[in-house]
Amino acid sequence: MTPVLSVRRVSLWAGVAVTFAVLPYIFSQSFALSMLSQMGIAIIFALSYNMLLGQTGLLSFGHAVYFGLGAFFCAHALNFIGDGKFWFPVTLVPLIGGLAGLLSGLVLGFVTTRRAGTPFAMISLGIAEMVAASALMFTTFFGGEGGIATNRVVGKAFLGVSYGPQIQVYYLIAGWCLVTMIAMFALTRTPLGRMANAVRDNPERARFVGYNPTRVRWLMMALASGFAGIAGGLAAINYEIVTAETLGLVASGNVVLMAFIGGIGHFWGPIIGATLVTLLQSALSNYTQAWLLYFGLFFLVIIMFSPGGIANLITLHKPVWRAGLFRRLLPSYALAAIAGLVMLSGFFALIEMIYHFEAKETSNKEFSYFGLNLDPMQAQYWVGCAIVFCIGIALVYGVKRVVGRAWEGLTPELQKAGVV
Amino acid sequence: MSVAALQLHEVRKSFGRTSIINGVNLSISKGERHAIIGPNGAGKSTLFNLISGRFGVSSGRIDLHGETISGLEPEIINRKGLARSFQITNIFPRMSVYENVRCAVLWSQGYKYSFWHRVEALDSVRSRTSEIVERIGMTDRRERMAGVLTYAEQRALEIGVTIAGGANVILLDEPTAGMSRSETDDAVELIRKVTEGRTLIMVEHDMSVVFNLADRISVLVYGEVIASGTPEEIRSSKAVQEAYLGTEQD
Repeated sequence: MTPVLSVRRVSLWAGVAVTFAVLPYIFSQSFALSMLSQMGIAIIFALSYNMLLGQTGLLSFGHAVYFGLGAFFCAHALNFIGDGKFWFPVTLVPLIGGLAGLLSGLVLGFVTTRRAGTPFAMISLGIAEMVAASALMFTTFFGGEGGIATNRVVGKAFLGVSYGPQIQVYYLIAGWCLVTMIAMFALTRTPLGRMANAVRDNPERARFVGYNPTRVRWLMMALASGFAGIAGGLAAINYEIVTAETLGLVASGNVVLMAFIGGIGHFWGPIIGATLVTLLQSALSNYTQAWLLYFGLFFLVIIMFSPGGIANLITLHKPVWRAGLFRRLLPSYALAAIAGLVMLSGFFALIEMIYHFEAKETSNKEFSYFGLNLDPMQAQYWVGCAIVFCIGIALVYGVKRVVGRAWEGLTPELQKAGVV
Repeated sequence: MSVAALQLHEVRKSFGRTSIINGVNLSISKGERHAIIGPNGAGKSTLFNLISGRFGVSSGRIDLHGETISGLEPEIINRKGLARSFQITNIFPRMSVYENVRCAVLWSQGYKYSFWHRVEALDSVRSRTSEIVERIGMTDRRERMAGVLTYAEQRALEIGVTIAGGANVILLDEPTAGMSRSETDDAVELIRKVTEGRTLIMVEHDMSVVFNLADRISVLVYGEVIASGTPEEIRSSKAVQEAYLGTEQD
């Protein structure tokens, strides 16, 4: 019999736990702490989404519905606790969100999972629209435009934990993140998890080995919604406000991006995606107004050049790493990085020029770009940026071949090492 | 008289105005190896699809061990002990050989939609899966991705997936189609071995396979069974020779 838990896996999870524990000491600024909290929530949400997309093959455009419902239920729960209507430890409030997500997933999923493929995607979109519209209609529960405000510092502090300071909330989120991560990973190794893959790949064959694909999809949907609800509950605690946007289409779209950028083919892909997207969204928006454009571009580039997401890029290098040949790729990658930087700096400069050209200030549109002063009112700056961009494109094309040759050079040795 | 493993009563199927199966009566007793032969377009695959629940019958009744199964969903019929293979290989291409077989084992071992069992820790599932993989002779390739197997290997895996659930009535749809002579011989041996003690119904074009394996043969022409009997009876039947075997020699 195989051991229930392998040493490797236990040490892996322990490593994750330690990382979560020490992160606030490395990034101790307050904005970093709130960003880390946001990342934790996003990771749970994106992983729960991938239970649908990656594992069951269900492309949902309405997963934020379950996140949002979990959040609303938790906000109300916190308010009830604050009013002394009932007692419940704040630490476990996300469970209420999970339950809300699970139940709504069971009810709505019963309808949506009757179909797979494109019809499922369309139905999920319809349900998302419906719930988002209801959120603005039923103001008692959803709070209308203003949403539901709440206060996480309710009840008695337990062992000094009141969830007042952000650091305590961070550890609450990190703890839930670790637990749900392990739970969702474990789920992939259960009969239902395995059959979800089977239904994704060949629903007809699944029927002829005794499984009802609709039932498999429905259960996976309900469980995924439950985990999304937990993430939503944590969001309610973290932000202390839940608005209709929380369950809106933008939020639903966002989690699709996270999953795809990270890579839906691997369990840990969405973790990368959630981390990166949160980072980009909060960091980039500090530096430039055009950040949404960059974000969209980033998504495009990932999908075009690595449809399997970042996770796929990483696994691509695994055999090279194992054979100890990674060093041989480094020179070409360094060249590629330089070429990419030249191209991107030219491109970003052009975008920023356009932004500042359109800006409200009429007299002085000059702005600082990585220490350089650019003036969109003078032609030579436009020409300069365009030249840098063009040189960058040429370099990238040239380097592509260099990288390709570096890979080709490895092939015989990889074959000898027996890793491909 | 014991109850037949599978019994078809006046089964008919039409798609729109096209009638494919025109009142088939068939009784296959327990432990029998029964082959269904007939020219292309006779409705053999359709008949399999009706029996396994992929299509619903237009009229008539199908009984499995005396219990009516026509009108039931395929997964329900499967749970009652009838499993089938497909003419076009139908496996889980992105899973390993072992995982393919395991998917087919899970339900029969009672784990159903469980999300509270660790699949690798289920001893009965593991031993049963390994046993099936061994029986189809793929133990050395058990970790290989099903999608990259050779055609003959995929066909063998298909048979493995079909028998893994422990069904006692097995339907094989052209199990040796597209195989070389030696691959066919291997497949026949495999089928003989894995269907030991079970009821086998197969559609097959290769006459050597049919006469080699089958205890009884039914000849289906234009959606009707024109003859049913032992291989000798079928070989010597005038009607069969005219309708079917004769045309083979052209």
